[in-house]
Amino acid sequence: MTEHAATAAEQHHSYTGLPNRKLLMWAFIGSECMLFGSLLITYLVYRGRSVVGPYPEELLNIPFITVTTFILLMSSLMMVLALAAVQRNDMRQGKLWILMTALLGLAFLAGQAYEFTHFVHEGLGLTTNLFGASFFLLTGTHGAHVAVGVVWLLTLFVMAMRGRLSSADAETVEITGLYWHFVDVVWIVLFTVIYLLV
Amino acid sequence: MENSTAQHEHASVKTYLVVAAVLGVVTAVEVAIFYVEALEPILVPLLLTLSAAKFALVVGFFMHLKYDSKVFRGLFIGPLIVAVAIILAMLALFGVFGGGAGGA
Amino acid sequence: MAVKEAAAEHGAGLDSGTHEGTYSGGLWSWITTVDHKRIGIMYAVFAFFFFLVGGLEALLIRLQLGSPENTLIDPDLYNQLFTMHGTTMVFLAIMPLSAAFFNFIVPLQLGARDVAFPRLNAFSLWVFVFGAFFLNASFLFGGAPDAGWFGYANLTSTQYSPGVRIDFWVLGLQVLGVSSIAAALNFIVTIINLRAPGMSLMRMPLFTWMTFVTSFLLILAFPAITVGLVLLMFDRTFGTSFFNPAAGGDVLLWQHLFWIFGHPEVYILLLPSLGIVSEVIPTFSRKPLFGYPFVVYSGILIAFLGFGVWAHHMFSVGLGPIANTVFSATTMLIAIPTGVKIFNWIATMWGGSLRLKTPLYFAIGFIAMFIIGGLSGVMHSSAAADLQQTDSYFVVAHIHYVLFGGVIFALFSGIYYWFPKITGKLLSEGIGKVHFWVMLLAFNLTFFPQHYLGLHGMPRRTFTYQEGLGFEAMNLMSTAGSLLLGFSILIFLWNVLVSLRKGAAAGRDPWGGATLEWAIDSPPPHYNFRVEPTVHSRDPLWAAGGLDVDVNDPAAPEPHMPSPSLWPFILSAGLVVAAAGAVAKSLVVVLAGGAIVVVSIFGWAFQPLER
Ligand SMILES: [Cu+2]
Repeated sequence: MTEHAATAAEQHHSYTGLPNRKLLMWAFIGSECMLFGSLLITYLVYRGRSVVGPYPEELLNIPFITVTTFILLMSSLMMVLALAAVQRNDMRQGKLWILMTALLGLAFLAGQAYEFTHFVHEGLGLTTNLFGASFFLLTGTHGAHVAVGVVWLLTLFVMAMRGRLSSADAETVEITGLYWHFVDVVWIVLFTVIYLLV
Repeated sequence: MENSTAQHEHASVKTYLVVAAVLGVVTAVEVAIFYVEALEPILVPLLLTLSAAKFALVVGFFMHLKYDSKVFRGLFIGPLIVAVAIILAMLALFGVFGGGAGGA
Repeated sequence: MAVKEAAAEHGAGLDSGTHEGTYSGGLWSWITTVDHKRIGIMYAVFAFFFFLVGGLEALLIRLQLGSPENTLIDPDLYNQLFTMHGTTMVFLAIMPLSAAFFNFIVPLQLGARDVAFPRLNAFSLWVFVFGAFFLNASFLFGGAPDAGWFGYANLTSTQYSPGVRIDFWVLGLQVLGVSSIAAALNFIVTIINLRAPGMSLMRMPLFTWMTFVTSFLLILAFPAITVGLVLLMFDRTFGTSFFNPAAGGDVLLWQHLFWIFGHPEVYILLLPSLGIVSEVIPTFSRKPLFGYPFVVYSGILIAFLGFGVWAHHMFSVGLGPIANTVFSATTMLIAIPTGVKIFNWIATMWGGSLRLKTPLYFAIGFIAMFIIGGLSGVMHSSAAADLQQTDSYFVVAHIHYVLFGGVIFALFSGIYYWFPKITGKLLSEGIGKVHFWVMLLAFNLTFFPQHYLGLHGMPRRTFTYQEGLGFEAMNLMSTAGSLLLGFSILIFLWNVLVSLRKGAAAGRDPWGGATLEWAIDSPPPHYNFRVEPTVHSRDPLWAAGGLDVDVNDPAAPEPHMPSPSLWPFILSAGLVVAAAGAVAKSLVVVLAGGAIVVVSIFGWAFQPLER
C-alpha cells in the first residue's frame, strides 16, 4: 500500500524524522517473520511424517534450484543498483535496473512453475501427502510474495517510462526494495531448510 | 530516538557488488558442502550458519539496516527473535531435535 | 480577514468550546471519511451492536441452562450459539471497542491531527465491518459456525463438520485478521512518529503506551492463526491432510498455532483496558500515576512473556512433564507484572483526593473483578490443578471474570471517561452509578456460581444437564443474573440516549485530566489541534501554567486535512466478496473479488491524499 502524498500530520511534524511509509514497511516485515515462521513450523513438524511417497529426497533437484536461488540473489543486487541510480536521479540506469529486478523475479517464478509442474508429473500433488501439502503451501506463499513484488516493480517501471518517477520518489523505490530484499531473505532460509537439510 | 542523519552514510555501489559476490560464493559453498560426505556430522550447524550469514548480509547491506536508524532495527529484530524462539520451541515440543519433551 | 472567515466557518464553536460540525454530513461523508474521530465512532457503534448480538446469544444460552433438561434450544443451535458468542465477543465486540478508543483517543493524546495513514485506517474499519456481517451471515446460510471459538481440529474437518458453517468461520477470521494487522501497523507508525515535540516514549500517556504494546502483539499473533486457518481451509477446500491423522497429520498442530495466537490475544483484549484504568485512576485521584515506569515495563513484559505461555491451554493433551512444567512456570511468572500494575493503581489512589465519579467506579470495579479472575487463572496455571478444572464451568467463570469483570468494566470506565470528549455531552452521573451497581451485582450473580458449578463437575459446552446433580440452584442464579446483566446494559443505553439529547455541555476538560486530549474542544474540530502543542512532562496539563501555546488559537491558520476517499471501502468490499466466493466454492466470485482488490489498490495508490 503506497500512500503517495505525505499526510497532513507528517508534513507538519515527525517525531523521529523517519519516513512513515518506511516504518510501516519494516513493521510489516516484522509481522511477515511470524507468517513465514508459522509456515516453516508446519513444514518442519511434518517433515518425515508423510505416510506415502514421493518423498523429498526423491524429488528435490538441487542443481536446478541453486540456479534459481542465484537468480533471486542477483535480483536483489539489481534492486540496490536501481535505488542507487534513482537516488542520484539517473533515471536511465534506474529504469534499467528496476526492469532487470522484475525480469529476474519473473525468471525465478518461471523456475518455480517448472519445478511445480515437474513434481506434479512425478506424482507429487498438493493432496498426495504431507510433504506435498506443506511444500507447495510454503514455497507457494513465497512465490506469491515474489509475484506481488514483480507487479509492484513493473508498476514503478511503467511510471518511470512515463517520466513519473524521479529522485523525489527515491523513498518509494527504497520501500519497494525493502519488500523485495525481504522476500529474497526468506528464500535464503527456505533454500537451506527445504533443499539442503533434507 | 535519533534523527535520520545516519541515513546518508549509505553503502557504495562497490560494496553492493562485493556483497553480491559473497552471497553467490557462499551459496556455491553451501551446495558444495551438501555433497561432501565427510562433513555429514556437522552439516546442519554448518549450513544454518552459512544461511544466517547470507541473511545478515542482505538485511545489513541491501536493506541498509547496518547504517539505518535503530528504530528500524528494533522493528525487525524484535519480531524476528519472537519468531525464531517460537519456531525452536515448537520443534522441541514436536521432538524434531530427537527425544526431548515431544513426540506428541 | 482570512482569520475571521475561518473562525466564522466553525461558528460559535470556538467560543463555546464545542464543535457539533465535526460529525455533520450525510451517509456518503461517513463512508468516505478518513478522519480518525469518525472512524473511531463507527468502530464504537458497530462494536457495540455486535456486543448486543453476542449478549443476546449469551442470554439464549443462559435461558436454556436455567432449568435441567430444558428443551428451549436444541443441541445444534446451542453449539452455534456458544461458538458465535465467543467469536463475536472476542473479535467483533471487545477488539473493535478497544480499536474505537485507539482511533479516537490515541492521536489526541499524542497531540496529532490524525493517524499516520488515514486511508489505511478507514480500510481497517471497513474490513472489520464487512467481515463481521459476513461471519454473521452464516446464520442465514445453513447455520452459524458450531465448533467452538477455538475450532479444534479435527472437529472442523469436512468429515465431522460438513456444509459451509466452518468455512464462514475460517474465511471470516482471516478477513478480520487483515483488519487487525492493518490497524496495528498504522498505530505502531503513528505512535513512533506523530508524537508531539517533547513527548519522549517515557512521557507518553499510559493508554497510548498500551495501544503501542497491543499493536505489536497484534502483528505478531495474527499471522500464526492465519496460517492455522489457511491449513484448515486447504484441508476443507482442496482435500489436503494437514489435520488428518490417517495421513500422518497432527491435530495438535492446530491447537499450537491457535494458542500461539490465542494467548497473546488474551493480552490484546486486556492491555487496552489496563491502559484505560491507568488514565482514569490518576485523573480522579488528582495524582500522577504511581510508579509510571513500572506500569510501562510490566506492560511490555506481559506482552513479551505472553508469547511463551500458550501451551497452558493444552495441559490436558499430554505434552509430557517437561513441557507442562515449563509452561506452568512461565504462566506463574506472567502473574508478577500483572500484580505489579494492580499495586501501582492502588498506590495511586492511596492518599489521592478521590473524586468518586462513574469512570472511577468502573475502574475500581475492574480492579476487584480482575483480581478474582487473575487468582483463578493462577490456580489453573498449575498443570495438575488445571486437569481438574479444564473444560468445566470453572474456566468459564475464570474467563468471564477476566474478560467481562475485567475488560468490559474497564471499557465502560473508558466510555464514561471519554464520552464527554467524543460527544461534547456529559453522561448522567446518577444513571451511571445505577448502571454500575446493577452491573456489578448482576455480573457476580451470573458468574460467581459458575466457579462452584465447575468444581462440582458441570462441563462447559453441553446443552443441558440432568436433574438431581445439584446444578439446579446455581444455574438458576446464574440465569437470573444474566437477565439482570442484560438489563444493566439497557440502563447504559438509556443514559447515552438521554445524555445525547439533553446532557450538560462537557466543555474542554470536565474531569481535570492531565493529557493533551483535554486541551481541545469537545467534540474536537476535525483537525484536532489548531496549533501543535509541545510537551515537557508526563502530565502536560497539570504543569504549572499549562501548555506553552494556545492549541485552539483561532488566529492560527486552519490546518489542511486529507481528503475523503472511497477506495478503502471498495477494497474492503472486494476482500469480502472474495471470501464469500471461497465459501460458495465459486472461482468466478473469488476472481471478481480479487479483481476489485487489485483495481482498488491501484486506484488508492494513485489517488493523492490531499486533493
Ligand atoms: Cu492463555
